[in-house]
Amino acid sequence: MQAAKIILFTLLAASAATAVTYLNPADAEYGDVVMNEFSDDAGMRPVVFPHWFHRIRFRCKVCHGDLGFAFKAGGNGINMLKIIDGEYCGACHDGNVAWSIENCDLCHSGMPNTPTQVHNSTSQKLVAPVAPGSVTQPDAGSED
Amino acid sequence: MTSLAKKAGFVGFIALFVAASMFAAMRYAEAQSNPNSFNRLLKPASERNAPPATDGIHDPTSDGTALLQTPLEAFDPLAKSNSGNYVNWNQALDDGGIAPWYSVSNPNAAPIVLDMNIVREVKGSMPNVVYPHKQHTEWLDCANCHPAIFIPMKGANQISMASILLGEKCGVCHGKVAFPVSECRRCHSQPKEAAARQ
Repeated sequence: MQAAKIILFTLLAASAATAVTYLNPADAEYGDVVMNEFSDDAGMRPVVFPHWFHRIRFRCKVCHGDLGFAFKAGGNGINMLKIIDGEYCGACHDGNVAWSIENCDLCHSGMPNTPTQVHNSTSQKLVAPVAPGSVTQPDAGSED
Repeated sequence: MTSLAKKAGFVGFIALFVAASMFAAMRYAEAQSNPNSFNRLLKPASERNAPPATDGIHDPTSDGTALLQTPLEAFDPLAKSNSGNYVNWNQALDDGGIAPWYSVSNPNAAPIVLDMNIVREVKGSMPNVVYPHKQHTEWLDCANCHPAIFIPMKGANQISMASILLGEKCGVCHGKVAFPVSECRRCHSQPKEAAARQ
């Protein structure tokens, strides 16, 4: 029985390792944002924000207008203090509109060490990525 | 349930998990071993809309990950498309598949929709771009785009595909959240001849 347990445990560990090895960030849903400005440093998993889940329930304007989210991953300086004060995520994640903040793992569910980025974005999927600022613009208005 | 049956069920579950992992590993190894396989850079349809536990950015060992909704479950009743989330979000909005709120607190708030098309004549051989304010104002407020991203004046905005690819202008949303730039004809939709006749 002991031997069976050891075999079982070894198999389980091996398959878990296999599953983790072949996890590929390219399988992330289009528009999924990982936010890791402060999380890793604070010993928390990074936050995964699924755009798809939220746009089913709210129009873009609600967060990107009324709640003040800039159109930039990691560009908002969101921290837990702002959230408990009802800013940003805290406007809904208050236990009333959406789950409240003590459900840490539901947002902080990312793989540790995943950098802040929008997943499956066009620029992320380019074979040879372009560096920001590398495109020079001709005179404004020449194309109209 | 007897403890024996419980054990059998547990062993069965483990065996299934192991088999699934091995199968995934075999498929991966096969793709790696054959350099001339078809569509080597494309993701097969069966691997789209992966559940959080296998999407590569969620931690499968986190308790929270197991509680999250899977995209396929949410997308099942919605209109489909060929890219992005493989959901046609505008059609889903139009046909009532989704009814997202326009206010954080008022479910009955109605969007202020502006039905005005802007035609941009493009330099190359591609059809002209028809920009519909209607579909955009169903999701967004005027102030989301004007004046920071687009100056609200004809001829005042320099737009190129290069800047869009870099995430500027239309690329602030298209290529990140809104349908990706691979859907050329959803924007480049007006043939040049039609423009000449007007």
